[in-house]
Amino acid sequence: MSTKKFMYLNRRAPYGTVYALESLEVVLIAAAFDQDVSLAFMDDGVYQLVEGQNTDGIGMKNFSKTFHALGDYDINQFFVSAESLTERGLSADDLMPLVWEDEDDDWAEKPSVKVVSNVELSKLMSEQDVCLSF
Amino acid sequence: MKISIQINEGPYQHQASDTAYQFAKAAIAKGHEIFRVFFYHDGVDNASRFTVPPQDDRNVVNNWASLDIKNADGEPELVVCVAAALRRGMLDEGEADKNGIDGNNIHPAFRISGLGQLIEAGIQSDRLVVFGD
Repeated sequence: MSTKKFMYLNRRAPYGTVYALESLEVVLIAAAFDQDVSLAFMDDGVYQLVEGQNTDGIGMKNFSKTFHALGDYDINQFFVSAESLTERGLSADDLMPLVWEDEDDDWAEKPSVKVVSNVELSKLMSEQDVCLSF
Repeated sequence: MKISIQINEGPYQHQASDTAYQFAKAAIAKGHEIFRVFFYHDGVDNASRFTVPPQDDRNVVNNWASLDIKNADGEPELVVCVAAALRRGMLDEGEADKNGIDGNNIHPAFRISGLGQLIEAGIQSDRLVVFGD
């Protein structure tokens, strides 16, 4: 099978609707297909990556830890909208420190999350073969 | 052109499925191939064989069935995500048996399968068009 560039665009908060959880389920399955995968987070989607999520009070499964596992599946390109963070009073320091191990660099741990402007994000989107929006 | 479609919203609550149907019908009329239609999130509810809309309204499920989208092996290419379907009470005969449920509700024009079918559709098709918010 050919390799295509897949981007998973996440625009909704992690809880309140099921879109974020089911988006992550697609990403996990997609990992098996050996495609060039990236994730983008904008609008309320940036909340999906916020560190220290606690769902005890709402009876929902806290799936934020799953994002830490994606590095092991070679999914290590997380693009976060700088504007969406700023609009919500957040910064890169509020996000989970997601990392991946670079086997070409003696398994050095490298950050997976990159904060980019919406202009850069739209350029990245235009470079994709498939853009799935959740 | 080879086109696949993803539908993320249920019938009647949201127009995504109707718009996708109109799109698919128009694409077929123009000579394009619909490789697969993948139903995800509440979109899985579009596959219920138990919907009974008022007689003066469109029938969303039958509209999809009427397109008769099948592959070379004669299997339906209206594909319902199994994980999304099971948590919403959408089961075919096999899943009902497996889970000890005494009924099934997937329309025969549809089939249940995994999320890999969505990724494969993205790889195999010239375009993957997503309908939903």
